[in-house]
Amino acid sequence: MKKVITGNHAVSYGAMLARAQVIAAYPITPQTTIVEHLADFTADGQLDARFINVESEHSAMAASVGASAAGARAFTASSSHGLALMHEMLHVAAGSRLPIVMANVNRALGTNWNLWADQTDSLSQRDTGWLQFYCESNQEALDTVIQAYRVSEQVLVPSMICLDAFFISHTAEIVDIPDKALVDSYLPECNLVYRLDPANPCTLYGVTSAEFYYEFRYKLHKAMEDAIRVAREADDEFREMFGRSYGLVEQYRMEDAELVLVTSGTAASTSRLVIDELRERGERVGMLRIRMFRPFPAEEIRNALRGAQRVAVMDRNMSPGQGGIMAQELRSALCNTPDRPPVYGFVVGLGGRDITTDVVHRVIEEALATDIPEDIIWMGVKV
Amino acid sequence: MSIEIPREEYLFSGHTGCPGCGAVLAMRHVLKGLGDKTVVAIPACCWSIIAGAFPYATLNVPLMHCAFETGAATAAGIKAALEIRGDTETTVLAWAGDGGTFDIGLQALSGAAERNDDIIFICYDNEAYMNTGIQRSSATPWKTWTSTTPANTPKETPKKDIVATMMAHHIPYIATGSVAYPADLIAKVRKAKEIRGTKFIHILIPCPPGWRHPSELTIKIARLAVLSRVFPLYEIEDGNHRVTVEPDDTRVSEYLKLQGRFRHLDETDIEVIQANVDREWSRIECLSA
Ligand SMILES: Cc1ncc(C[n+]2csc(CCOP(=O)(O)OP(=O)(O)O)c2C)c(N)n1
Ligand code: SF4
Ligand SMILES: [Mg+2]
Repeated sequence: MKKVITGNHAVSYGAMLARAQVIAAYPITPQTTIVEHLADFTADGQLDARFINVESEHSAMAASVGASAAGARAFTASSSHGLALMHEMLHVAAGSRLPIVMANVNRALGTNWNLWADQTDSLSQRDTGWLQFYCESNQEALDTVIQAYRVSEQVLVPSMICLDAFFISHTAEIVDIPDKALVDSYLPECNLVYRLDPANPCTLYGVTSAEFYYEFRYKLHKAMEDAIRVAREADDEFREMFGRSYGLVEQYRMEDAELVLVTSGTAASTSRLVIDELRERGERVGMLRIRMFRPFPAEEIRNALRGAQRVAVMDRNMSPGQGGIMAQELRSALCNTPDRPPVYGFVVGLGGRDITTDVVHRVIEEALATDIPEDIIWMGVKV
Repeated sequence: MSIEIPREEYLFSGHTGCPGCGAVLAMRHVLKGLGDKTVVAIPACCWSIIAGAFPYATLNVPLMHCAFETGAATAAGIKAALEIRGDTETTVLAWAGDGGTFDIGLQALSGAAERNDDIIFICYDNEAYMNTGIQRSSATPWKTWTSTTPANTPKETPKKDIVATMMAHHIPYIATGSVAYPADLIAKVRKAKEIRGTKFIHILIPCPPGWRHPSELTIKIARLAVLSRVFPLYEIEDGNHRVTVEPDDTRVSEYLKLQGRFRHLDETDIEVIQANVDREWSRIECLSA
């Protein structure tokens, strides 16, 4: 069934079709309508879930952790300051190896207060041990929620699905809503072996000395590595069943590309137009869209960039004192590769500033014009 | 009061509490009252240690260690999950220290109580942050020595009234408990188990290293707290107060003098404390009439 819905509504369809059982969330713009739609689905009987209208995002994640530890499929959603408030609990959820799925609408952090698109909120949670997916469309947001439960429940690592504020969250597009029965056959019931069960009493997440802690961390990392294979399989099977797939990274017109533009989220849609235009003029440019950011699919990225002369990364996020976060990750993935191309780190679009085709053109021109890139390249700073 | 104390044990030997720890006894009695269909959530506190370090475990009911400020929210999540999975019988217990209740845990507790989530929240109150080395909390009484309120500048403010705070949330059941009165405590826990909604039980816990008393005095001090009315035993069911153990004429000085944390108090201090205790007791008596 096709419907014209916003990205937030698409996310709530994803959670409903995945049969989320416990939903604990707290309002924050631009996330709030995700949970409102889920409340509607529950009210009209399309979803059988318990809602916990918590008093903060910290408690939203704490309740999700409790619910997941007791064996339920837990879902929550947040954004920006809400996600930042959850920080402690993000570590707890991942360390507890609980397959919680959360949508995060990428919004800038204050101060200065700003409601618009910026990925620094979720990227600054990159070391908490969550899988992270960055979506480009409403359809992808819906599909990724379903895929994420499948991957998370297999590797026992929580998932964060990220979508750009307003460009996805509040923009309506045509979305194909998958058939519920088909989703059921794609996504088996959540069945956690280690959970709080009075019939089989165990103690979970106790104090752990250096004797064992190291191994727990090793296992978390191994599960992350495994998630690359599991996510690929989940995406392949999704294609077979639903006729769509996304890959961990998406390569666009990369054949013999000399300059590769790397980006994520909705900036990729705009970039595609520019790549088409330049290709028509005979320029050898392509685009790599990073969809899965954690675990970082380094090998796939290295393979995709083999042969590229220059790599221009467009980051809608920034680590003050260092630069664009995806550019850093890309540089570290490439640094042990012989004949690695220079990486141009462009910081653009912070706080929802438009990334127009004009901006993308200038990014590519600048990368082509300079031989040795600066660590960070700003576009159109008005100071 | 006389009730039969169940023989079943849900607390194994080999816990890692200090000798004479009141918090160990309190858990033992409470679990006897709740039985095996219980899930416990414990935020950071002494009990995070007492329960045993991985791979050892002290409790024979499912236990989840959770973040310091999340006792109530975690318990609410567990309860919701059990219910949606078809288990409506199991009791979910949040078990927190005074820090995890009065201070950092208060926001989540207030949230759960206002929603009237179907959990039992028990605060075992040793009147300071013991796990991190006896720092003052908002449950520390006036003029008490702690490691952050030295004897020459002891705590200047009174203990927060947590029962009044919880009463303001209009929850169905609130009670106080003592390790010196296990039958009273077990009866209250059993009552709480049968009531739907948020139940709050506040247990005063003597702590030998934190209160500076010999470990064999734990029960005696707990009893003196009740008899001297420093910590009266009562319950509030749907707003109705009832004193469950009658105190006697024991003076507060009898309770205070056994504890090193009050050694620096002078006669005037003790008179002020006695007057405060008397005033508070007449308020509770009045409410219970
Ligand atoms: C967010 C956070 N801040 C601080 C701590 C450190 N911490 C662990 S236990 C504790 C004190 C606990 O005090 P209380 O709740 O009274 O329990 P007790 O140790 O006295 O039994 C503190 C400060 C923590 N674990 N988490
Ligand atoms: S410090 Fe006090 S509360 Fe903590 S284990 Fe020792 S006696 Fe028990
Ligand atoms: Mg304490």
